[in-house]
Amino acid sequence: MTTELSVSLWRGARNGRYETYRVPLRSSQTVLDVVTFVQRHIDPTLSYRFACRVGVCGSCAMTVNGKPRWTCRTHVAKVAGGGRLEIGPLANLPVIKDLATDMQPFFEKWQQAKSAFAPTKTRHDAIARIRPDTPARKAADAAIECINCGVCYAACDTVRWNADYLGPAALTRAWTLVNDERDGGNIARLEAIAGAGGCHACHSHQSCQELCPQALNPTAAIAGLKRRTAAAYLKGEIKV
Amino acid sequence: MNVRLYLWQRATAAVMAPLVVVHIAVIFYATRHGMSAADILSRTRGSIAWAAFYGLFVSAVSIHASIGVRNVLSEWTPLNERRVDACAVFFGLVLAVLGLRAVAAVVLP
Amino acid sequence: MIGRAAKHRDSALWIAAMVHRVSGLALAIFLPLHFLALGLALESEARLESFLRWSDQPLVKAAEIAFVFLFTAHLLGGLRILVIENFDWRDGQKQLATLAAALSAIVAFAFLVRVF
Repeated sequence: MTTELSVSLWRGARNGRYETYRVPLRSSQTVLDVVTFVQRHIDPTLSYRFACRVGVCGSCAMTVNGKPRWTCRTHVAKVAGGGRLEIGPLANLPVIKDLATDMQPFFEKWQQAKSAFAPTKTRHDAIARIRPDTPARKAADAAIECINCGVCYAACDTVRWNADYLGPAALTRAWTLVNDERDGGNIARLEAIAGAGGCHACHSHQSCQELCPQALNPTAAIAGLKRRTAAAYLKGEIKV
Repeated sequence: MNVRLYLWQRATAAVMAPLVVVHIAVIFYATRHGMSAADILSRTRGSIAWAAFYGLFVSAVSIHASIGVRNVLSEWTPLNERRVDACAVFFGLVLAVLGLRAVAAVVLP
Repeated sequence: MIGRAAKHRDSALWIAAMVHRVSGLALAIFLPLHFLALGLALESEARLESFLRWSDQPLVKAAEIAFVFLFTAHLLGGLRILVIENFDWRDGQKQLATLAAALSAIVAFAFLVRVF
């Protein structure tokens, strides 16, 4: 029974390299515990992001043995086969330093997808009465719990291959708004996601759906958007 | 890829799905009976049905394959968008011309 | 690219998508040649016949079997996409993808038995 873990961490920015550290193996250890140990006891210059440590904020997402995951919710015992672990920053995003990426492109695409609520009422109007059991509301509710952690974006090969592709998170949020009866921005939104880099670029690899820590299903949301944009285009409601 | 190309690609795919099944059946039939060129051509020459079937197949595949190739070129090569479009259109035309020529070769009496 | 090949690429659905793409590319290369071969009938029936005889050799037949597999795999992979995009979400897709691969192999094998 080994008592130590050999962990490789990405150091530097884009032209960096992996450096190896030895970390004591503990029971119920998470990958975030390992990274924290290195920063506190071995190398204080290590840069990484975290906040809640308990799996509700999504800030600690990193690439663990090739897969993007929340490091606070990944037990070392589950992923460190043979006592080895390789941790890098999230893929498909610029690296600021070490394990911290620049999330700006991720949020810019969110804006480009018009994945923001477009209100049709003001505070002076009565509150909208929304039934929770309509098919549209159920579809929106099934997709709404995204906390923008970037795991799906990092996992997506189409994001990697297609610089224009808006990505699973931005499109999933667009889907919730398309299904929101209070929202008034659908024409602009459907046009934004019907062009190059829009929902039709998705090849349904489903890496997003398999890896989403919130168990969301971007593939299904994007399939819904493909149907909605196709119908809108055929009816002449949107131009591409 | 945009909604317009998407619709053309998915529509031609749906049209071709049954055509593909029939084509596989035709290939199996021809190989099982060890058909020679004479056997094949005696069935296809002057046949409006075969002309319509394969004419439709060739037209659909020219559109479908060129859009598919366009996606692959766009994602897996460093070519810019105009070049990718040009290659895809060229490929589609090659398939349409050679394909309709092949259909003519076997159905014209 | 930082890090080694991502493990999610072991997923049956990712492999299904890759098979669909690669088979499409292979068919795209094959099709013009296929059309040119058939166009030989424009010269004469004898010309097509001599081509068919040429294609009887084992290496060509092996290639044909491979194309039957790719053709079937591409069809089934395409059906996967059409179902995801046009019908309600269904679970169990990994099993269906594996079944599709098996079906393509069976069809190709049946062809092999016929031609050899």
